[in-house]
Amino acid sequence: MRNRLVPYLFVSPAMILLLAFGILPIGVAAVISTTNMNISAFASWSNVDFVGLDNYATLFADKDFWQALGNTGFFAVIGVPSIVVVSLVVALLLNRGQGRFFRALRSFYFIPAITAIVAVALVWGYLYNTQFGLFNYLLSLVGVEPVQWLSDPWLSKFSVALVAIWRGTGLNIIIFLAALQGVPKEYLEAASLDGAGGLRQTWSITIPLLRFAIFFVSVTTTISWLQFFDEPFVLTDGGPLGATTSASIFLYKEGFRLNQFGYASAGSIVLFAIIAIITIVQLRLRRADDEY
Amino acid sequence: MSTSTARARSRALTATIGAALGVGALITAFPFFWMLLTSVKPQRESIDFPPSILPQEPTFEWYVRLFTELDFARYLGNTVIVVLFGFVGLLLMAMAGYAFAKFDFRGRRWMFFLVLATMMIPVQVTMIPTYLILNGMKLTNTLLGIALPTLVTGFSIFLFRQFMSTIPTEMLEAARIDGAGEFRIFFRIVLPMSGPILAVQVVLTFIGGWNSFLWPLIIASDQKLYTLSVGLALLNQQLAVNPSLQMAAASVMVVPILVVFVVFQRYVIQGFALSGLK
Repeated sequence: MRNRLVPYLFVSPAMILLLAFGILPIGVAAVISTTNMNISAFASWSNVDFVGLDNYATLFADKDFWQALGNTGFFAVIGVPSIVVVSLVVALLLNRGQGRFFRALRSFYFIPAITAIVAVALVWGYLYNTQFGLFNYLLSLVGVEPVQWLSDPWLSKFSVALVAIWRGTGLNIIIFLAALQGVPKEYLEAASLDGAGGLRQTWSITIPLLRFAIFFVSVTTTISWLQFFDEPFVLTDGGPLGATTSASIFLYKEGFRLNQFGYASAGSIVLFAIIAIITIVQLRLRRADDEY
Repeated sequence: MSTSTARARSRALTATIGAALGVGALITAFPFFWMLLTSVKPQRESIDFPPSILPQEPTFEWYVRLFTELDFARYLGNTVIVVLFGFVGLLLMAMAGYAFAKFDFRGRRWMFFLVLATMMIPVQVTMIPTYLILNGMKLTNTLLGIALPTLVTGFSIFLFRQFMSTIPTEMLEAARIDGAGEFRIFFRIVLPMSGPILAVQVVLTFIGGWNSFLWPLIIASDQKLYTLSVGLALLNQQLAVNPSLQMAAASVMVVPILVVFVVFQRYVIQGFALSGLK
């Protein structure tokens, strides 16, 4: 009898926490999203009313929500290809040398991925500073007027995305390097004997063999850009004029600054649905690609 | 074309690529050099235009001020406590992974399905309900509340299970026949044999806990409970005119991670490569 309880003793502490903070919140979010719950609920639960799908209706009529979704799409369109291409190119180049020098270089590219975003954002904010930032100084050397890196509505989108691209490449370089280990040397040697140059070998042999890794990195990178939060939150707080407000920042502000828990929960469910649909579409495209 | 010229060419190409990668690496790491250099500059130098690259009169006054005038000693202490909570979570996840790997019990299949399912849920969905749940448990504004939402992750349980499945069952049976208790078996046999995966997870837990930002931001409203990341974000808003102080604070946050990275590089890279696979 004692023995049958043993696995439950081992598994339950972690399972209880996982249920409480991983599974239960989804149900809670779905329920709250059909109420008008806000901060007054903490005073009395009688302040919470069932409102059906009103929150969703309001959401789809909310200009700010559409702007946030548009920004998120824009960030993803800029960010995903940049990260995939940059990390693939750097990984291919890094893979060329096997010496100590090349291995040391890997670490340099990886460091941004593990350092705290708040610290990183502070440093970039200083570099971007209009009056005494290093970037504007470098521009002034070639005779360019000071640039409003973080307060121009258009430019700020790119400035914020650049920091995220800088931070996002390191991990994907590691994934590509791991995948490159699986490319059989014989293929490249055979191609070399046939007179194919390095560039040709990379394009016609290595990259097709990396198809799965490229697909994988694209999917995970897309998901992370759809959840984009940290960089704009710290660098611009979503400004100027909402130009860098991603969907996640919109939800955070509605939820924790304005305390509109019901409304923000409805938004989070919509975002979740969008992420799920895009991921499923990507998986489908991959399957179609395999068939031919 | 003779082989020797081809080889010389190939070597020249590798050298060129190495040089280009070297420049790229320096550019990538440049913000960190700039942070460290600025952190020891007097304020006047850090807002000078044109900026000087190297500090003219190096000073450590900003580091001193962080820990004397500002509350960074407390933030540091809180951050360490949050990291320690993370290690407790790690132990719980190792236990769960062991149960999934080595026991057959009722409910195992659907429990493991739940573990995998939690890996696909974005934090934005759970952010508000988790806050409300913690509020219901009266755990908002506590360090435990900051640590709880990320204490257990499906992915880590999954990794532990995968690794522990490879431990030979005969060894565990032999220990049982010798009369060893189940927890003794876990701590004396299973954990020591899981060294590689434990090392990876300890390092990842440290980095994750140290850097965590969203939950401390949401859960800690009392300044006494701020972690380094929240204290740093506050500095961003309040003291926009003193980059030196900001860079010193950023360095306090970044340098320990760099040290961990340099020492445990193998585990860090391995761990992130694995976590990229989720």
